[in-house]
Amino acid sequence: MIEFFNLFFIVLIALLLCIIMCIIRVIFGPTIPDRVVGIDTINTIVIVGMVIFGTAYEEIIYIDVAIVYALLSFVSTLFIAKYLEGGDF
Amino acid sequence: MIFDIIIYIFLGIGVFFNILAGVGLLRFPDVYTRLHAGTKCTTFGSIFLIGSIILLGLKMWWEGNVNGSVLSLHSIFALIAILLTNPVGAHAIARAAHRSGVMPAKAVVDDLKDNPIKKSSRKKTSTKITTNKETGGK
Repeated sequence: MIEFFNLFFIVLIALLLCIIMCIIRVIFGPTIPDRVVGIDTINTIVIVGMVIFGTAYEEIIYIDVAIVYALLSFVSTLFIAKYLEGGDF
Repeated sequence: MIFDIIIYIFLGIGVFFNILAGVGLLRFPDVYTRLHAGTKCTTFGSIFLIGSIILLGLKMWWEGNVNGSVLSLHSIFALIAILLTNPVGAHAIARAAHRSGVMPAKAVVDDLKDNPIKKSSRKKTSTKITTNKETGGK
């Protein structure tokens, strides 16, 4: 029904390449906000990858997982930024 | 036929801008320029990637498949979540980086140093309690 070398799998491999480049920045980042920027970029790419993955396998529930992941990663990014400011919660 | 060509073009634009985001994260010299590359390019690329999925769902719905409308609606909600959360997170990271003392590369003058951003009223009430801790700690 779905051939393996679909167009969406090529897109997913390209997104995996982007994630690897962001992981290099997370490992070698000189300061802490560099690593936070890398984590934020990885989160956005993972959300798009989940949507494309759910389309390629024809499973709608993967896209619902992507929505919840978007909101939770937003909360985690805000808390890390609040911690870096040095503010008390 | 035309829908297929538009879907391919949208997928190409999205992948191109996401790869640009990764290259920008590796090559730029500074936190703020890296934030510029890593947030705006992924937002623009994800608009086009999820837009292609929405067009695919509309095409499936046009051909009589009921799952296409569900796919399109859920993809629209995922796109709305990305568009709401991504710029707010980038603004928070930039403000935190400036307040934690990270300067831009080759920066000479910091205009926000003499005139800092006013903190919220919730922090003003808590400064009275924590003044002893701050003077003692630092």
